[in-house]
Parts: sequence; structure tokens; C-alpha cells
Amino acid sequence: MHELALSQGIIDVVRDQAAVQGFTKVKTVRLVIGTLSHVEPEAIAFGFDAVSRGTIAEGAVLDIERPPGQAFCLSCEKPVPLPERSDPCPECGGHQLMVTGGEEMRVKELEVE
Amino acid sequence: MCTVCGCAEGETKIEAGHAHGHHHHHGHDHHHHDHSHEHVGPDGKVYRHTHDHDHAHDDEHDHGIIDLGRGPAGTEVPGLSQTRLVAIEQDILAKNDSFAAVNRQLFAAKGVFVLNLMSSPGSGKTTLLTRTLTDLKGRFAMAVIEGDQQTSFDADRIRATGTPAIQVNTGKGCHLDAQMVTQAVGRLPVETGSVLFIENVGNLVCPAGFDLGEAHKVVVLSVTEGEDKPLKYPAMFAGADLLLVNKVDLLPHLTFDVARMIAYARQLKPGLRVIEVSATAGQGLEAWYGWIEEGLAKAAAGRGA
Repeated sequence: MHELALSQGIIDVVRDQAAVQGFTKVKTVRLVIGTLSHVEPEAIAFGFDAVSRGTIAEGAVLDIERPPGQAFCLSCEKPVPLPERSDPCPECGGHQLMVTGGEEMRVKELEVE
Repeated sequence: MCTVCGCAEGETKIEAGHAHGHHHHHGHDHHHHDHSHEHVGPDGKVYRHTHDHDHAHDDEHDHGIIDLGRGPAGTEVPGLSQTRLVAIEQDILAKNDSFAAVNRQLFAAKGVFVLNLMSSPGSGKTTLLTRTLTDLKGRFAMAVIEGDQQTSFDADRIRATGTPAIQVNTGKGCHLDAQMVTQAVGRLPVETGSVLFIENVGNLVCPAGFDLGEAHKVVVLSVTEGEDKPLKYPAMFAGADLLLVNKVDLLPHLTFDVARMIAYARQLKPGLRVIEVSATAGQGLEAWYGWIEEGLAKAAAGRGA
């Protein structure tokens, strides 16, 4: 359940921003969690509910964007989609792939008051 | 995770040479979550706690001005009264990564070659490590950080080889994080030009996501496990710099297809370096030691650079 630690990471980001920006309530937290990242959005939501209790983010809506996996095929020398990490290149069927997108785990923005 | 409160980081214990099993909450009346800090208990162990100070921020911040464009987003969204958008664009692992950067800087300054060893439970990681420490003793200085949920059994096994070791008990945590390593390094004699092995919690999932400040991630997979494990735990293998295939002395008794497993791993990490070893029979260990010495030479050459 490393998602719990990641949820704590989200709360840390929110708290740091609250100190700088001076908001007191978070209504929505927008996350970007790539489909190739090692995170289950459901587990993040579960962890977030637990760790946000008693913080300014308690009750906030989690809005999660899921950018798809992208890779650069070294054989085809071009970018290709990569739905799963172990998938072959859709063009050549090879595995000379460098992942270029879909691994991100970011707090994108907050809706606050 | 802390059993008293469910907080994510309350139960981490870093021993100072010996281990006890208790969990302090130091008599605080309120149990909140916010600031992380650490105590050194009377037994010399380190306890990380979180305390809440949110209530201190409940005072007015607007000082009579409502400025909807004040945040970095600089935007006002019509229809969202009293609400504004704050653009953050910050990595969720930012805190971990900042500690990892501190660790990496410290290791670079001292020319320490740091390996993050990861595997399933039971892959023979600790046996491989104790054998390595015994065989390499006298060639260069070494130290070990041992991560487990409970007990200091593994650190005890390491110390029996004469190598300094410190145990980090993650409690219910499923992985080591960079801050635990920062704390552990402060309590461990890490010599200039030495090798530091970090034995992560036995788990092929969570440790993959947390940079500790290591030079390389080393995954140990034993041939008594399934050969399809790379495909089942892709993030772990995609992030690896070296794959050690352990217990190869048992291959005559098994149907494990080493070539197929390596092919799976290289689907995830093209060109992944693989060394086949047996920690008990000694096969392949010289190649593993050579790889370590090469890395150490590079780390030492880059010192202070």
C-alpha cells in the first residue's frame, strides 16, 4: 500500500501550498496519474480519504487525469503508444522501447477557497 | 503506517545498534497529522511522528482583500465564487525526491557507491548480501541499511559478518523512502570510498517507486520463483540497472527457463545487465563483485566532481 505514502505526499504538497497561498479549504485536488505509473487511482482515493481527515483537504474531491503510456521505439525511430509497459511496439513488434509518457504522478492544480 | 492513528509515517523505527519492539506516542493529548519530526527515544531508536498544526492557519489570510488572481494560476474562474484555482504542477513524490537528492549529494561528495537491493521475500537477498560482505571484506569498506517491517534479524545477520549495519523497521510500511535512508545514514559509519548496500523491504511492487538516492537499483530474482515475474511486476524490472538471478545451483531440479525470464525482463528494460549467481554455491559471484568494484571505482573517481 505505497498509495498511502503517496496520499500523504499529496497532503504535504497541499499543506505547503496553503502556507504560501493562504487558502483554508481545498474543494478539489486535480492529479495527473499516468497509466504506466505504479499507482492505482482507487487506492490513492482510499488513502487520500484516510490521510486528509483533519486537514484542510478533508472532503475534497479527487479528480484524476490518466495520460496514456507513450514510448519512443529505438528500432522504428519514432514515438508510439504504449498501453501496457510490457507491450511490444505496435509498428515493429519489438521491445526496444523507451518510455516517454504515462509515468507521471503530479498534483496539477487545486480548487480552493 | 502507524497503528495508533493510521498515519502514513508514524511507526518507522531506526535502531541504534539494538532493537526493541515498542511504539511510542510520547503522551501527546492530541493526535493530529501534519508536521513530521523525529524523536530519539531513551533506547536510542528514532521515532518519526506527524503532528497537526492546521488550526494555527485558521486565521484570516486575506487582510481585507479578495484577490482571486493571487495564486500562481493567476486566474479568476467565473461562476466559482469564493473559489480559485491554484496551479501546482508538483510531483507527488517531491518530498521523497528532495531527500533522495540530499542523499545522492552526500554519497557523491564521499565517493560512496550505493546500491538499492530489491526482491520478493525469500529470494535469498540477505544470504547473498552476507556472502558478498564476507567475500569482499578487506577489499574496501562497506556498510548496510536493512529495511524490514519488523525485527532486526537481518541486521543481526549482517553485523555477524563484521560489517556495520543499521536496521530500519518500517512498521506497516511496504518500502523504504529516501528520508529513512537520510536518517539511517546519519547513524551509520559510511566511510569515504565505500560501498553502501540498502536492502529494501522484500516486495516487488512498492519499493520500485521510491528513489533513495542510490547509484543503481539491483533486483534479485531467484529461480525458485516464477519466470514470468518480470511481466507481473513491470515497474520493478523497468527501473532496474542490474538483475541478479539467484539460486542457479538449483536449476537442475527445476523447470525454470532462465532465458525466457531474462527475455521478459529485457522487454521492460532493453539491454538490462544480468548476472546469474548462487549465493550458497558461489557461482557467478566474481562477476557480481567485479560489477561492484567497477561502480565503486567510478563513484570514487567522481568524488567532489
